[in-house]
Amino acid sequence: MSVFVNKHSKVIFQGFTGEHATFHAKDAMRMGTRVVGGVTPGKGGTRHPDPELAHLPVFDTVAEAVAATGADVSAVFVPPPFNADALMEAIDAGIRVAVTIADGIPVHDMIRLQRYRVGKDSIVIGPNTPGIITPGECKVGIMPSHIYKKGNVGIVSRSGTLNYEATEQMAALGLGITTSVGIGGDPINGTDFVTVLRAFEADPETEIVVMIGEIGGPQEVAAARWAKENMTKPVIGFVAGLAAPTGRRMGHAGAIISSEADTAGAKMDAMEALGLYVARNPAQIGQTVLRAAQEHGIRF
Amino acid sequence: MNIHEYQAKELLKTYGVPVPDGAVAYSDAQAASVAEEIGGSRWVVKAQIHAGGRGKAGGVKVAHSIEEVRQYADAMLGSHLVTHQTGPGGSLVQRLWVEQASHIKKEYYLGFVIDRGNQRITLIASSEGGMEIEEVAKETPEKIVKEVVDPAIGLLDFQCRKVATAIGLKGKLMPQAVRLMKAIYRCMRDKDALQAEINPLAIVGESDESLMVLDAKFNFDDNALYRQRTITEMRDLAEEDPKEVEASGHGLNYIALDGNIGCIVNGAGLAMASLDAITLHGGRPANFLDVGGGASPEKVTNACRIVLEDPNVRCILVNIFAGINRCDWIAKGLIQACDSLQIKVPLIVRLAGTNVDEGRKILAESGLSFITAENLDDAAAKAVAIVKG
Repeated sequence: MSVFVNKHSKVIFQGFTGEHATFHAKDAMRMGTRVVGGVTPGKGGTRHPDPELAHLPVFDTVAEAVAATGADVSAVFVPPPFNADALMEAIDAGIRVAVTIADGIPVHDMIRLQRYRVGKDSIVIGPNTPGIITPGECKVGIMPSHIYKKGNVGIVSRSGTLNYEATEQMAALGLGITTSVGIGGDPINGTDFVTVLRAFEADPETEIVVMIGEIGGPQEVAAARWAKENMTKPVIGFVAGLAAPTGRRMGHAGAIISSEADTAGAKMDAMEALGLYVARNPAQIGQTVLRAAQEHGIRF
Repeated sequence: MNIHEYQAKELLKTYGVPVPDGAVAYSDAQAASVAEEIGGSRWVVKAQIHAGGRGKAGGVKVAHSIEEVRQYADAMLGSHLVTHQTGPGGSLVQRLWVEQASHIKKEYYLGFVIDRGNQRITLIASSEGGMEIEEVAKETPEKIVKEVVDPAIGLLDFQCRKVATAIGLKGKLMPQAVRLMKAIYRCMRDKDALQAEINPLAIVGESDESLMVLDAKFNFDDNALYRQRTITEMRDLAEEDPKEVEASGHGLNYIALDGNIGCIVNGAGLAMASLDAITLHGGRPANFLDVGGGASPEKVTNACRIVLEDPNVRCILVNIFAGINRCDWIAKGLIQACDSLQIKVPLIVRLAGTNVDEGRKILAESGLSFITAENLDDAAAKAVAIVKG
């Protein structure tokens, strides 16, 4: 098992014939992902021009793509100015999980998108994320798939490269993952930590969870509180940005210390007080997962 | 992106929000003529820098004569104003805002922010104007009222009335408050603002009371500037760190810090974690630098050059975990940088991810003396050992 995506997921790409979507559609297929087609408005009725993808149909709208292919997952490779619209189109067409890689979607667009989603069941992962991967089954994103090995750890992070870092540390210790979810570095995420923790708690194969946050916003602490009240599985937390100065945007639009509660130290203190395993040192994330697994008698 | 107070006031004026009569001035003579033009008997001369805390630092003065306006302007222009937000070097004052002084009866706070918890625009108000809202929240949280705006519906009249009543704006001031709040909300939405802070909003006038915005601070979404031409034109590059501006021109995200270990990392999260690892080993990072995805050799060379412009840098830690990046490109970029920049400080390089073996091979065969690191911890330890050595 896994969360959100698995070997049954039928994936389409929005912005399908673009350079990045083409590259990552091929990579996803090589890993076993069921890519069933894609959307490029204006190119409907054709096949993808790349020889490796030439068997896949191109549609004008997501609704047509869903009707023809039964797709339930979309990788949205659409430039930031048009990305929120593409996401809403996916939701309207009944896509269950829409993943958006784009870095640079205006915040007001995300506010509208989140309002549009009220009362609808679709999940939006991102923006500003490497995406989601269930090793050997389904990859919707841009991460280096070879570092992700199958196992029983669920991982969720705001940062992409820090997700890779933690994954590699775990792999070196023999710890693999069920699913990795990047919720993204923007101030407004389609999916928050709590939603992902809830899915991991419900997934029978996930036995232990790693949550990697960063400075800025109330999400990490809210998630830790939710975990304390609702989770039976151990959770390991890390928050990047101990050395970050106040008031500066550290690369990610969402990574900015606006108040004392936003600092990495305050968040990790709160996580610890709420009973999470906390890795204070980014180089110790793997070791901390190992310790938690051993203390809980979890085999891997 | 931030703008100056005078730009915020001019923007608000176009939305029908009452602001004092005033104009911008770049010289003492211009300040005096502005004062003469707007008339009256008292004027406020305000230094235009982006940092807050100008009042306490001497950047806001009330003048009682045209001559006094000129004197204050002369003293402020060209000076470095040091406030709690500028850092010890202060900010160079290059322009002033001169406005008619208002007869202030009472001051309020009004702010529109994007609440990351509920993912909506939230109106925050308080009867404690002139104070920093963080302080009010700490000392007297009961004096803060909040109203969340449904983005599909917008800010409603009754929500504004609720807020006005809660902070004590009654009688004929209430409809004024409603108009003003709705106008600021509209401005925020139209212009892709992330924050609009009115502090203070004041009741002014001797006999005839009315509401007036006496200071305003706006912050706009950089990601939306492509569709905000008038806002983009307000950008004042003099208020930004020239190195950060240069870096962003090369697609790099650079923030200067005060240590001596230069950092070049891909990804904001890993970059932050690298600074953390250095700090935990007892070292001090000189900068944050995210080379981003798709780092070409040219981008890496530019990154090295920008990091090395800081004279405090005694070694550079390069930490790359390639996803869409490729370690071989990074390696080539580092060799190119070493050649063209004649780098004298040691480079500690940690490569992982896509094409890592090719990357390591290129470095090893270059004949240059890179210090390679196995992982994040190793890299941080080696960098700290060098500067402490």
